[in-house]
Amino acid sequence: MNSQALAELCYRMADDELILAHRHSEWTGLGPLLEEDIAFSSIAQDKLGHAQALYNIMHELCGEPDADTAAFTREESAMRCSQFVELPNGEYDFSLVRHFLFDAAEYIRWTALVQSSVEPLANLARKIHGELKYHLYHAQTWMVQLGANGNEESHLRMQSALNSAWPYALGMFELGVHEDALITEGISIGEKVTEERWLELVTELLQPSSLTIPNGVEPLNGGRKGYHTEHLQPLLDEMTEVYRVDPSAEW
Amino acid sequence: MTTIKSLDPRVTRMQIDTERQDPLEPKPELDQFQTFEVFHQAKSGAHHVHVGNVHAPNRELALLLAKEQYGRRGQTVNMWIVNTRDVLTMASEDSDVFATTPDKMYREVAAYMVRNKVEAFKNKQQEGTKE
Repeated sequence: MNSQALAELCYRMADDELILAHRHSEWTGLGPLLEEDIAFSSIAQDKLGHAQALYNIMHELCGEPDADTAAFTREESAMRCSQFVELPNGEYDFSLVRHFLFDAAEYIRWTALVQSSVEPLANLARKIHGELKYHLYHAQTWMVQLGANGNEESHLRMQSALNSAWPYALGMFELGVHEDALITEGISIGEKVTEERWLELVTELLQPSSLTIPNGVEPLNGGRKGYHTEHLQPLLDEMTEVYRVDPSAEW
Repeated sequence: MTTIKSLDPRVTRMQIDTERQDPLEPKPELDQFQTFEVFHQAKSGAHHVHVGNVHAPNRELALLLAKEQYGRRGQTVNMWIVNTRDVLTMASEDSDVFATTPDKMYREVAAYMVRNKVEAFKNKQQEGTKE
């Protein structure tokens, strides 16, 4: 097994989950209604769990640092998350659109990982399948509700959020250095296939939402190579603040 | 001016005139989302048990939100969602229609005459096994 390739895959996925979990958690206590606040926070918690599980796999199989060290001590330039997940929450419309586009990609990735040649990764994929299904169901229901069943304002806001999110969403599929190794060794299906299936799924799920998928947009890449937006560093500062006070503390 | 003295200090602090004439404007109906009643099923084949309600604009969203409110703490296999408005209930002052129910022992299983026969049969069987 190519452990460098596996580590790259895990870092990309785990960093995405970690950073988006943090963004989602910023809504806790501020959500548009009590029930949704709880649901969104719970989804954030699930994502953090996925990140932790991935860091653990990497720690055990690739000799990478343990989960806490990997999550809380790396420099901004060492983070492999896509720029999409770093963007500030903005209004709830943008947060929902990002949640939808991201979770559709997650669903494709993890569903394919069930067949992965890396056994622990395949087991994890089987274990969390139900969570991913609910996340996507949650996201899609809101897309349809606000896109088609709300009013003109909700439709316009969702469409405009979708337009501004799209180039960043495409950036999730930026190719990594070990792309070929990941595919030939049967570890993952690779970014190109993931993106194709994602577009298919997103198109199908948005059918009843009366929202239009932007056309001919260039992806905003960089995140997977360590080039991030100005929003990531302040997030890392906040997220690691407590950890840095005493990295050896037992919780 | 005399003001309303309430047990709730927040109300007292508002210094509302007791003589105040203009009533507060009533809230329009459905100013908030409607509510949906949630029935939770813990095991396949078990009864769905009422556990509470959620606010939501429609059934689909109610189910979505109910999953997180009522399905994340214990084992759950399914849920029912019912619009609160679809629940038919009796007026609370009509509860006297049930008043004499506790007196009607003969309607309870414990009062069935067949019980004696069942007991007798069981005893007979037990005796049979002793032999």
